[in-house]
Amino acid sequence: MMTDTIAAIATAFSESGIGIIRISGENAFNIADKIFLRKKDFEEFCILEDKSDFKNKGFIKNAKAYTMHYGYILDGETVLDEVLVSVMRAPKSYTAEDVVEINCHGGIFILQKIMELVIRNGARVAEPGEFTKRAFLNGRMDLSEAEAVMDLIQSKNEFALQASIGQLKGSVSSIIKRLRSKIIYEIAFIESALDDPENYSTDGYGKKLFAVLEEVEGEVEDLIIHADDGRILKEGIQTVILGKPNAGKSSFLNELLGEEKAIVTDIAGTTRDALEENIKLGGINLHIIDTAGIRKTEDTVEKIGVEKARKYASEADLIVYIVDSSVNLDESDEEILEILKDKHFIVLLNKSDLNTAVTEKEVTNKLKDFSDYEIIKISALKHQGIDVFEEAVKKMFFNGTISFNNEVIITSMRHKEALLEAKESICMVKQSIDAGMSEDFYSIDLMNAYAALGRIIGEEVGDDLVNEIFEKFCMGK
Amino acid sequence: MPEFREKADVCIIGAGHAGCEAALACARLGLQTVIFTVNIESIAMMPCNPHIGGSSKGHLVREIDALGGEMGKNIDKTFLQSKMLNRSKGPAVHSLRCQADKAQYSRFMRMILENQENLTIKQTEVCELLFEDSIEKNTENDIKNRLDSIKKKIVGVKILTGGIYECRAVILCTGTYLNARCLCGEAITYTGPNGMQSSTHLSKALEKAGIKLRRFKTGTPARMDRRSIDFSKMEEQFGDERVIPFSYETNPEDVQIKQESCYLTYTNEETHNIIRANLDRSPIYAGVIEGTGPRYCPSIEDKVVKFSDKNRHQVFIEPEGKYSNEMYVDGMSSSLPEDVQLAMYRTVPGLEHCKIVRNAYAIEYDCIDPGQLQLTLEFKHIKGLFSAGQFNGSSGYEEAAAQGLIAGINAAREIQNKDQIVLDRSQAYIGVLIDDLVTKENTEPYRMMTSRAEYRLLLRQDNADLRLRKIGYEVGLISKEQYEYVCEKQKQIEEEINRLKKTVIGASKDIQEFLISKGSSPLRTGTSLAEIICRPEFTYESVAEIDKNRPLLSEAVIEQVNISIKYEGYIERQVRQVEQFKKLEKRFIPENICYEDISGIRIEARQKLAKHRPVSIGQASRISGVSPADISVLLVYIEQMKENSEKG
Repeated sequence: MMTDTIAAIATAFSESGIGIIRISGENAFNIADKIFLRKKDFEEFCILEDKSDFKNKGFIKNAKAYTMHYGYILDGETVLDEVLVSVMRAPKSYTAEDVVEINCHGGIFILQKIMELVIRNGARVAEPGEFTKRAFLNGRMDLSEAEAVMDLIQSKNEFALQASIGQLKGSVSSIIKRLRSKIIYEIAFIESALDDPENYSTDGYGKKLFAVLEEVEGEVEDLIIHADDGRILKEGIQTVILGKPNAGKSSFLNELLGEEKAIVTDIAGTTRDALEENIKLGGINLHIIDTAGIRKTEDTVEKIGVEKARKYASEADLIVYIVDSSVNLDESDEEILEILKDKHFIVLLNKSDLNTAVTEKEVTNKLKDFSDYEIIKISALKHQGIDVFEEAVKKMFFNGTISFNNEVIITSMRHKEALLEAKESICMVKQSIDAGMSEDFYSIDLMNAYAALGRIIGEEVGDDLVNEIFEKFCMGK
Repeated sequence: MPEFREKADVCIIGAGHAGCEAALACARLGLQTVIFTVNIESIAMMPCNPHIGGSSKGHLVREIDALGGEMGKNIDKTFLQSKMLNRSKGPAVHSLRCQADKAQYSRFMRMILENQENLTIKQTEVCELLFEDSIEKNTENDIKNRLDSIKKKIVGVKILTGGIYECRAVILCTGTYLNARCLCGEAITYTGPNGMQSSTHLSKALEKAGIKLRRFKTGTPARMDRRSIDFSKMEEQFGDERVIPFSYETNPEDVQIKQESCYLTYTNEETHNIIRANLDRSPIYAGVIEGTGPRYCPSIEDKVVKFSDKNRHQVFIEPEGKYSNEMYVDGMSSSLPEDVQLAMYRTVPGLEHCKIVRNAYAIEYDCIDPGQLQLTLEFKHIKGLFSAGQFNGSSGYEEAAAQGLIAGINAAREIQNKDQIVLDRSQAYIGVLIDDLVTKENTEPYRMMTSRAEYRLLLRQDNADLRLRKIGYEVGLISKEQYEYVCEKQKQIEEEINRLKKTVIGASKDIQEFLISKGSSPLRTGTSLAEIICRPEFTYESVAEIDKNRPLLSEAVIEQVNISIKYEGYIERQVRQVEQFKKLEKRFIPENICYEDISGIRIEARQKLAKHRPVSIGQASRISGVSPADISVLLVYIEQMKENSEKG
């Protein structure tokens, strides 16, 4: 029954740059043939003056099972990567379907591009656990593994859902909610008018709806662009800066931002309770959250700030704890040490150029129950020690202490898929309006757009329409 | 002591719109059928609005007719005015609506019932259902799920006098009669609709049988004396010039009658002020009513409170019957006290001197959560017990009739040991209706709407015969002759579409001139007639001039050809969606599945699945609170069950 073709990035991402994209389903070979040329064919292709003369021979389709082929992934005429492609034929593959695996080595960015290319050519992003599910349902796994398969599906889905929502920037989810409520309002109007035509007239409605759709489409397009430049998700290593007030957190962040000009500003209209920035440090993406200063206090307002910092810290991959070395350690630092438990962190002894009230030894003493950390002396103001910090982060990343969030690329791919679907549906409605179709045709595609956008923020359609109709429109007769 | 004891195959409790269709279906399928009513005068009574049909409800009536039901034929004989709604919209939302002569409608339906072979009408109240335990298969799994496998089986009913009717199936069609309570301000009466006697014994018996009841409410506006209304202050509303009958059996010439008019007027701020000032005397706002009312049919109090920004609401004044002076005040149902009602109505232009014949009132009644039913409308845990209509938590005459017909067919088929009939969401509005009732959580009386039908482009009122006649014929409610007629129609449609697609016309001078004269662009290459019809400026009829070999076809065939060609792209998309949908509908879930055992499914979803016990993966996926991941896990579990049982 599940004959559609799915694709996913099958390996964990790492900066080493090798990754595998797995495609499974009845179109797997066709898709591979559309984007892959083995070396020999590629050379032929290169010397052709008019590329449209090139006859794709469908090499993968005819390739023997369990063979590997060296060649290139092409997006049109652009070479994306040099790859090895392995071919497995149904039913003798992991999923018992036709499977192609593309071994890429161009790094995360290229992997993402190739994955997108695969999707554009007719695969869809696999649901969490879907390869395993197919393997099981197609009889490729032992019955005794059923429990494990079920647990895996459920836990992967929960994780993906959390990741999807957790990684979505607050501003994006509020934009999507706003767009959805606009769309559902229009559907509800149309349906109310169809249900109670003597009460609601649709005269001139097409024109009005067209204007609304132009607006919505524009915003969806913006989101698609942002999906590409990483402004939708909190990509990279989730890094939280902690410290007492005036420890120099902000100057440290400014220093980082000043070093690397790769600042990605946020989408306008954000409401945030902490400062967030995406930066690239020595080739590694950091998503940095600068929290309010932590001070042990009975004051409720400040307590809230501390609670928030604690929450961010609990979700962080890496914590940067900034200590003002010109001031003695106190109760507030104890508070921070509590938060650091079980986390990976780097201690920065700031203001190392001033008179030191706190020595490295003192801090080490305090941290005797911790193991996984570094202490670095810096002076944010005098630009000292930032390079050491960079090295420390790199070291932690490459030895696997902290890791890139794997789910984020897939999440972003799913989001983009959904956004493109929403855009396409909106275009269909516009076409229907242009073609002079009547209003009842609009709601089919509007509903698709609504559902697609809902997937991004993890919301189903359910009874939304009926509820909207009764809430916003007074049904009379 | 001598005992009154009768035997029948099927007992129908209630003779409203659901009961009538159920009884006729059973009797026509050859079963000895008894229909019970608390009052024989209330057979097929229309206690609320005087319409049959309307948006999406018109679809239901057409489908009932295509399957061999009676509603369409009866309204064709008794309507006062007819309108095809949404004519300016796409064919999927065209809907026929008739104003009915209520008394005639009821009388004619009673006549049909009275003269139906195998059918007996009995005026009495049914007080008890009689059961015996029936233990089905006794496999290991069944023992584990003992609750499911030990079913009760219906064996008869007991009436008020103590008499007993033995039977093999019972269909509950009690409408709004169970423990009914009517409210008009502070005045409360324990009666059914229209002052009819309510049923007060059956609820307890149902609860004793393990059926969970709940309470819904609905309301109706006042009826006024025609002579007290000034129609000159209202807009007259006419019926269609050419009336289209509901039933495929009705000769269109027979429905070209002299129609009655309706009248449109509006409420105003003065009306709203009176309502606002007296809200504390409304039983709903004062909290006297506990039942849940429908949002789609709000009382005028609700409209004024919820849509306070609207300074007027429509009011339609509609005739109740040809031989009656009563007029129905559509749009102003209410449960306010009599004095407030009169004051409020009298602020409406044309109603300044109105005299109320019957007050508006709200009614509360017992009904069930239809999650207890199978898609066949049989109770999950009681063999032979079916239910239909408002008792199932729906509202509306048409929704009731549709369920009655299906329950009747299935009760009959169960007795005759034939497979049950379930229409799916891609086949009929009736399928959507029953699936929604049984599968989804409804917190208010359920009304049909075209937006509830995801495949509505395919489920049109114009093609109900093409969709459903075959099923009606196989069931036995449609004659061979009627069925062959539809087959022939289908054949003609297909042939004509084929011909239009294959007939290529060249860019000759005549053709180009024709196209330009109609404001269309000339041809560049040879084009099929179908492609030309597809252009927005043309229809099948308007290209007759350039279509030399056109066969002589009926209006009905031409309509289908036109729709198929003009909306081909949209229709094809829906057909593809339906294919996907069908795949999941055909993945059946084993009856003995024990959801408590599937730890991979989240607890909330597990409970929902256990409650609804869906028959297919498709149905399971429509239960709210069941996620796609839960469905994936369920698929894996079922596979495991299957392999286990093959091994074991």
